[in-house]
This record gives sequence, structure tokens and C-alpha cells, in this order.
Amino acid sequence: MATSDMIVVFPANPTPDLVRTLDLGGYRWKAVSGADEAGKCEPQAGWMGAIITCDEDPENAWAFARALRKRDNAVDSVIVLVSGTQLGDLELRDDLFDDFCLTPFHPRELEARLRHLFSSTESGLRPELVEHSGLILNLETYQATFNGHALDLTFMEYELLKFLAQNPGKVFTREMLLSRVWGYEYYGGARTVDVHVRRLRAKLGEEHANLIQTVRSVGYRFGQSRWGS
Amino acid sequence: MMDQHRDYVLRTVEERGVRLVRLWFTDVLGTLKSFAISPAELENALEDGMTFDGSSIDGYSRVQEADVLAVPDPNTFEVLPWVDNKAAEARVICDVRNLDGSIFEGDPRQVLRRNLDAARAMGYEFLIAPDMEYFYFEPPVRGQIPVPLDEGGFFDLTTTDVASSLRKQTIRTLETMGIPVEYSFHEDAPSQQEIDLRHTDALSMADSVMTFRMIVKEIAAMNNVHATFMPKPLEGVQGSGMHLHLSLFSGDTNAFYSADDPNNLSPIAKSFMAGLLRHAAEITAVTNQTVNSYKRLVPGFEAPVHISWARNNRSGLIRVPIPKRGSISATRIEYRSPDPACNPYLAFSVILAAGMKGIREGYELEPEADANLFEMDDAALDKLGIRQLPQSLNDALKVMETSELVQEALGEHIFEWFLRNKRHEWREYKTQVTPFELNRYLKSL
Repeated sequence: MATSDMIVVFPANPTPDLVRTLDLGGYRWKAVSGADEAGKCEPQAGWMGAIITCDEDPENAWAFARALRKRDNAVDSVIVLVSGTQLGDLELRDDLFDDFCLTPFHPRELEARLRHLFSSTESGLRPELVEHSGLILNLETYQATFNGHALDLTFMEYELLKFLAQNPGKVFTREMLLSRVWGYEYYGGARTVDVHVRRLRAKLGEEHANLIQTVRSVGYRFGQSRWGS
Repeated sequence: MMDQHRDYVLRTVEERGVRLVRLWFTDVLGTLKSFAISPAELENALEDGMTFDGSSIDGYSRVQEADVLAVPDPNTFEVLPWVDNKAAEARVICDVRNLDGSIFEGDPRQVLRRNLDAARAMGYEFLIAPDMEYFYFEPPVRGQIPVPLDEGGFFDLTTTDVASSLRKQTIRTLETMGIPVEYSFHEDAPSQQEIDLRHTDALSMADSVMTFRMIVKEIAAMNNVHATFMPKPLEGVQGSGMHLHLSLFSGDTNAFYSADDPNNLSPIAKSFMAGLLRHAAEITAVTNQTVNSYKRLVPGFEAPVHISWARNNRSGLIRVPIPKRGSISATRIEYRSPDPACNPYLAFSVILAAGMKGIREGYELEPEADANLFEMDDAALDKLGIRQLPQSLNDALKVMETSELVQEALGEHIFEWFLRNKRHEWREYKTQVTPFELNRYLKSL
């Protein structure tokens, strides 16, 4: 499930340390006073996660956490900040949070926990997919399927197809493809691109070879296949 | 880049549920060799190579140290399309190295790499497109003349369909493995097929030729048909060649093309051709390495016999095809003597070495051969100073033995082993009493 990159923070007056940690980490966030407000200002694609500070107003904080989990569009990545005396509160509430951090927190610890929490969200729960005309590339697992069948590619074929499929409809010269996909170390020349395009077309099969179009005396373009779905 | 390659391969093995990884390499005679490892061993193999005993491999044997390393080239990793998806298998082509990581001189792939590097140092990339010919037969019976599918009689009406459906299945498999096909058709002889591959750099092409032979045989065998790359399996019909379309590129420019020449051949192309022609006899034992190869190189079957070039005569050793109008990158020459039973790594190596020598030393290209040439008898040709290709494996070995060019191109280890092995083959052949002799002499003498 895709989400926005927005984190909801409770309560509405986060500590300066928390604000600094979030801003330095480059996170986009919004502090709210309760579940209603969280619902109202939720981004269209949903919250990426929640940071709930429990040490000032534990009762409302846990209520907020519960509200986030009970919604249809439950928030997946929740971290709670608790003081040492509140550790007992965590018991029997395992379902309400994914990670916790003791207050006062060390900024580097919180930063590391956030990074871990959200990176696993990105990679584990919503793999990045490139989809076009029946072609699906899973950027996380490197796997490609075409009309539901596995498409076995070599690394460079995969990289080339990924680049083209991420930029459908755009025309690239051989030189552009060579520098963007192969990088500088490659000496084979622009014909390398032709050879790989031919292999990709072969693997896609005759009837779909047109998915990668030759733009005469310019280069190649992905998509706008006459046969594409 | 290399690390990413490795990760990609490891990840693919995991995601596709690959159960077995086959490490492929080639012996000196051009036979594909393979051993399998489990996916768990692959990471280690990609990092450090896998040790194996080289003494049982033709041409790898050495006196002191038998163990060598197979080092997978992650570029060549492919899932095998004909294996059941539930227990997927993959192959990866290996370079063979000594245990200390240095280059193993018995590995044909290393030989080709070395020759390509030498050309690259002069600014040239070597491109090849082969026309692969082969036959389909009914499963062979020892000592019997092979039976083509088309003439089987048993299935008269359906056998042509069998051959063409096999060919289609083969092409689909080739393409799935990243080997694009340019054309394919039924050749002149009964049950003979031709599949022309799209050009690519010579190292990838040598890998592709090895894969091609494997796939053709595998698909045929799965249908209880025997596919063979034997150069001349049937008397009286044409044999199987592996015509090679060759060009050199310098960056993105076809170094063989010139707008100023009536044939659009650049001085580089002409010197390369002159090199090939001058050294053709020396390299023939490598491009045509079996006793049987020389039964193909006879007049009357579109196979070259004389050392000559021509624009559109298919009996010349080098043909210069006329490329489609305006297609600069398609300017190329076609070297017509090699057969598909050769070791492609070694054949490409000696061909490149001969051509490059022509370029380095600025050889002059002789004039194009007169069409009448192909009708003349030997005496008339001698008078004109036109040489012939070696007439037998024995002849070819004699010329090769004296060739510094071939020795340098192959390296001493392979050069000597090859000569020894092939002399032995010739000796064995020489002691045979053939049906020809019995038919001709037994009664009359």
C-alpha cells in the first residue's frame, strides 16, 4: 500500500529536541492534538507513520495510538516515546506500536530508529514497482514480469529496461542511455546500447518488440506500443 | 558495477527459486563443459571462483598442477528456459584461472579476451554475426548413414513440420536467452537448417555460439531428434558451414566503411582482408578442425576452395556482401570457410589476429577474383598464382605448425596441445580402411 511521506506527531506541542531530530532527518511532519485533527489533515495517500510522545499525557496518547490503529486506513509505522517509569505501560499494548524510545531520548538513537522503521516500511510493505503495458519491474527484488510471466534478464538488460520504463514516451539518444545506464567506465560505444535493445526485444518476444521503439537517427523510446495494453 | 552485478545475480537466484547453477566453460576442442553448484555456493563462487580438477578436461592438462578455478562472469548469468519453472536452473559462463588468480593459458575464453584486448589497444572493437548451419536426423545408429527427417518416409507428410517446429522452438529459446536471431530457413540439403544470429561483440558471440549449439541439440533431443554440427554428414549434398560476417568498429564508426571506395571498403577493411587471405591457410586447422571438415571444402557445394575474394560469388573465401543502401554500419566482410564444429573462441582469435596483422603491416589487397576462377582446374590456378585452402586436416596442420601468427594468437600451451591432439586424430584416420576403398578396389585388384 502506497502512502505519503508525511508523519503525524502527537501531541500538538512537540519538544524542541523532537522537532530538531525530525527536521535534521529531512522528515515531513505535522503535529496534531488528537485523532479528529489527524483525520482532518491526513494527506490523500495516508500517513507514512506516527510519533507519539506518551510522557506528558499518557492517557490521551494511548487513546490516540489506538485510534490510529482502529481506522480503516490504519497507520502502519508507529513509534512511541515513553519515560523510564512508563515502561510497564507497554505491556499488553504491543499491538499499538512498532517501536519505542525512552525519553529523554538521544537524538542519534531516535534518528536511527526512525530510519529503520521507515526504511522497512518502504522496502517490506510496499515494494517499488514500475508498471507499463503489462511489464512490471520490482525495484526491490530486481525481478521483472511481462504479462504475468517471469522475464529473465541480465543485470545490464534489467538496468536499461528499468531506465526506459521509468521514462516512458521520452526519446533518448544512445549516448544518453550509455552514460545514464552504463556509466563512464564502459568503452563498448553506443552500439552496446543497440545490442542490449535487441536482446531485450528478443526476450520480450516478437509481438512486443515494439515496446522499445527505434526513433530513426535519434535513439530509442519506451512505450506507445501498438500492441501494448 | 561488479558488486551490483553480483548482487543482481544472487538476488535473482533467490527470487526465481533457482535450485542449481551450472558453471559453463569450454575445453580446447570447443566442447561445452559444465558442473553444477548449489545456490548457497554461488556467492563464494562469484567472489573467489570454484576449484575443479582440470586434468580431465581436453587441453587443460598440465604437468605440475591439475587444479584450476572457474570464475563466473556475472554478465552471462541466465535462467535456463527449458527447465521446469518449479526447480529452475541457471547457467553462468566462467573464465578459468590458476589457483593464484592468474590467467590460465589453457582456457580458450582467455585466449579470445587477450586477442580482443590487443585489437582494442589499437582502437578497434571486433563484431561478428555467424550463419549457423546444421542438420536434423533421426536418432543415429552406429555405422549407419544418417537419416534426414525430411526423407524419413515413415512420417513423410509431417516431418517437414517437425523440423520447422523444432526450429521455431529453438529460436524462441535462443531469444529468451538473449541471443537475437536475424533470419532462419531450411537450407538446400535435406533436413539442413540455417539460423543467422545478429551481430555482437566477439566475446559475447563466442559465448552465444556455445549456447546455440547446446540449445539446438537440447531442443532436438527433447523431441527425440538428433541435431548435428558435423561439417559434412551426408555425401553428395552441401555441408554445414559457419560463415562469419565480420567488421571492426572504432568507437561508433564502422572502420570497414569508406564513402570513397566503389565497394565502400575502407583501407582498413582491405588490409584486414589481405591479412586474412595471406594467413588463411595457417588458421584453417583452427577454423576447420576435424578430418570431416575438409570433405566440406570441395568444389561444387558453395564452400570455398580457393584463397580469393569476390563481391558476390559464394565460392570465394571472402565475400563482400552489398549492404542495403545507405547502411554504413552494415558494411562487412563474410569469411566463409569456418564450420560450426570449431571452437568459436579460438577461431575468432586466429581470424582477428590474421586481419589485424594485415592492418598493422599495411598489406595490399589483391584484385577481386574473376568469376571464371571457380571453373578452372588446379594447373591453370597455379599459373595465376592462386592458392587453395589446405585439402586435409594433415595439410592444415603442416601449415599451422610453421605459423608464428597462430602460435602467438593461441599462446604456446594451446598451440602445442592442439597440434598434438590433431596429429593424433589424423593418424587414427589414416589407418582406417574406408567403404570407398573396399568398393573400388576389393573386386578389381
